[in-house]
Amino acid sequence: MVPLSYYLVLSGILFVCGVLGFLIKRNIITIFMSIELMLNGVNLSFVAFAAQWHALSGQIFVFFVMVVAAAEAAVGLAIIIAVFRTRETLNVDQVNLLKL
Amino acid sequence: MTPNPNLWLIPMLPLAGAAINGVFGRQSSKKAISAVALTFCGGAFLIALWIALFQFSSASAPYYFDLAHWLRSGDFHVDFSFYLDQLSLVMMLVVTGVGFLIHIYSVGYMWDDNGYYRFMAYLNLFMFFMLTLVLARNYLMMFIGWEGVGLASYLLIGFWFTKDSAASAGKKAFIVNRIGDFGFLIALFLLIKHFGTLDFPALFANIQPLSPETAGAGLLTSIGILLMVGACGKSAQIPLYVWLPDAMEGPTPVSALIHAATMVTAGVYMVARSHVIFERAPSALTVVAIIGALTALFAATIGIAQTDIKKVLAYSTVSQLGYMFMACGVGAFSVGIFHLMTHAFFKGLLFLAAGSVIHGIGGEQDMRKMGGLRSYMPWTFAVMGIATLAIAGIPPLAGFWSKDEILARAFDTSWVYWLIGVITAFITSFYMFRLMYMTFGGGEYRGASSHDDHAHASHGHGHGHGEPHESPWVMLGPLVILAILSVFGGFVGLGNHFEHFLDPVFKVASDPGLQEPAREAGEKTQEYLLMGVSVAVAALGWLLAHTLYSSRPQLPARIADSLGRLYKAVANKYYVDELYAVLFVNPLVDGSTTILWKGVDQGVIDATVNESADTARHVSDNLRHMQSGNLRSYAGWVAAGGAVVIAYMVWMGVR
Repeated sequence: MVPLSYYLVLSGILFVCGVLGFLIKRNIITIFMSIELMLNGVNLSFVAFAAQWHALSGQIFVFFVMVVAAAEAAVGLAIIIAVFRTRETLNVDQVNLLKL
Repeated sequence: MTPNPNLWLIPMLPLAGAAINGVFGRQSSKKAISAVALTFCGGAFLIALWIALFQFSSASAPYYFDLAHWLRSGDFHVDFSFYLDQLSLVMMLVVTGVGFLIHIYSVGYMWDDNGYYRFMAYLNLFMFFMLTLVLARNYLMMFIGWEGVGLASYLLIGFWFTKDSAASAGKKAFIVNRIGDFGFLIALFLLIKHFGTLDFPALFANIQPLSPETAGAGLLTSIGILLMVGACGKSAQIPLYVWLPDAMEGPTPVSALIHAATMVTAGVYMVARSHVIFERAPSALTVVAIIGALTALFAATIGIAQTDIKKVLAYSTVSQLGYMFMACGVGAFSVGIFHLMTHAFFKGLLFLAAGSVIHGIGGEQDMRKMGGLRSYMPWTFAVMGIATLAIAGIPPLAGFWSKDEILARAFDTSWVYWLIGVITAFITSFYMFRLMYMTFGGGEYRGASSHDDHAHASHGHGHGHGEPHESPWVMLGPLVILAILSVFGGFVGLGNHFEHFLDPVFKVASDPGLQEPAREAGEKTQEYLLMGVSVAVAALGWLLAHTLYSSRPQLPARIADSLGRLYKAVANKYYVDELYAVLFVNPLVDGSTTILWKGVDQGVIDATVNESADTARHVSDNLRHMQSGNLRSYAGWVAAGGAVVIAYMVWMGVR
């Protein structure tokens, strides 16, 4: 059986990749995908713990996260389309109307 | 102790009058205002008179009435309760009687003033506090009245508050009184601490068994001296007398009622009321006598050189109050109260008559601009003449009996007091007749008609003054009644009748050692001799005034010239005000300006507030840059924060 620590390390790597992508990338869609990556990193640790401790709740949490992520993707993509229609760009640095 | 449910009405009626006039007066007609003020004040007088005539009997005195509970704290309690014995009966009658007369007079005197309703409301308010003071059953109630009359005095001195001098005179009176009240308060604290009560009967019953404190100071001595400090403030004794002459900025009825007849005698009343304490503290009593004697002489000498008619009377009041304190100081409390009563009659009359003069010539107060008024206002001349004779101590007028009694009792204690008293009597007689000659005597009226206009403006009398005229009967009536009292008021002292009336108050508690020595036949001669001397000096003063101001009017200026600096010092009131300014007022003002205002207020308090605001602004100025609008930098902060939290948990361990 693969040890728990492997899963956790992979989960950490996925999460950090997501964070870095979120910070570095300028394209909104890429950032969006980075968020999904972070969520999946977390999901991985959830299921890993659930398998390790034989607890069902971790697996159920994963379903919840996936549902929320799907909903978020639906809303998020709608927003992205709306932004692109009005501003003709997906570069977040140029979407700064709220800046002081 | 007998309950008497009517007592509380006496102070409350004037309070009701003050409330009605104060709230509705602005919209009411002057007639309605006068009706309210006179009804409520007169009602109090009638009730007082009724109690005195039909209910009061020495057998069942003292009376009391508990109106309501006030403070309850463990064993210590203070109630709203009133107390009537022979002493407060006399005070109550004087206050309501003279007060009512002056209310009537004020109707005429203040009729043309724009603040008429305000004036009447204040007068009624004063009556309420003064009656609370004299009818109080405990020191704290007395203190309410004490402070309240101070407030009324302040309001009425500064009645014409648009005039700078009046406003600052009011402030001066209030502040100087505060110094005295400080002493009074500490005395009260000492009483509470050591006897646990402020109720007169209970307190005096506690103190009575104590033996007199000898020359070394003790608790009772310090309480006595502190009480005297309070009395010095209220009753304008050295060193706190300076406010009273300035208080003459107020309207003349106020000077008569508050600053001559009633309020300023509150100190004498308080000392007399506390006689149980003073009798057991001979050193404190000596302090009272010395302060009284010195003030009597000192103020009288200042009175010689004043030219303002009201200032002369003001210093005369200070001097006569000194007499009363001297009487109390030699243990003759009842005589002090006797003089208080006669003084209320003739000094109230003098002020009202002076007011009538001022009213009649359009607000002028400088005696050098008067003269020859006798033919213009014969009634005023007559009553003022009577009052002058009374205060000078010419028999058989009221002032003679009380003053002579004081001198006799002072002589029993020490000839020094007596001598000071006689000299004061001489000076008093001199400056009073000087006032008469300068005002009414001489041939011609010296006031020019040109000054009328500004005098009107400053005094608010609206009607025209072509030439001096007699006052209306609403003003003369009270004058005549007071004149009658000044003539016959002294007869109650005949055969020590008045003293025996007050005996239950002063004798019961008195210490055997301090009782008046029984007069023997041989001492009768001495008494008549003393009487003769005091009449002689009074006559001498009259003669001197007659010589200087009637038969040889050029002489005073020559004498003043030859005396030079001494005369200047007297005319400038011995520069006491200037001395106080240098010693106390200026250091206080300077210290407050540099240390408290610029140092503490601006340097510490303001600086703290401003600095903290500045710091907050600087910090937020810098923090503002974090909110760049750059979405990814926000995310960076979130990530950094998360990293810090995780790092903390890793290093410190998770709990």
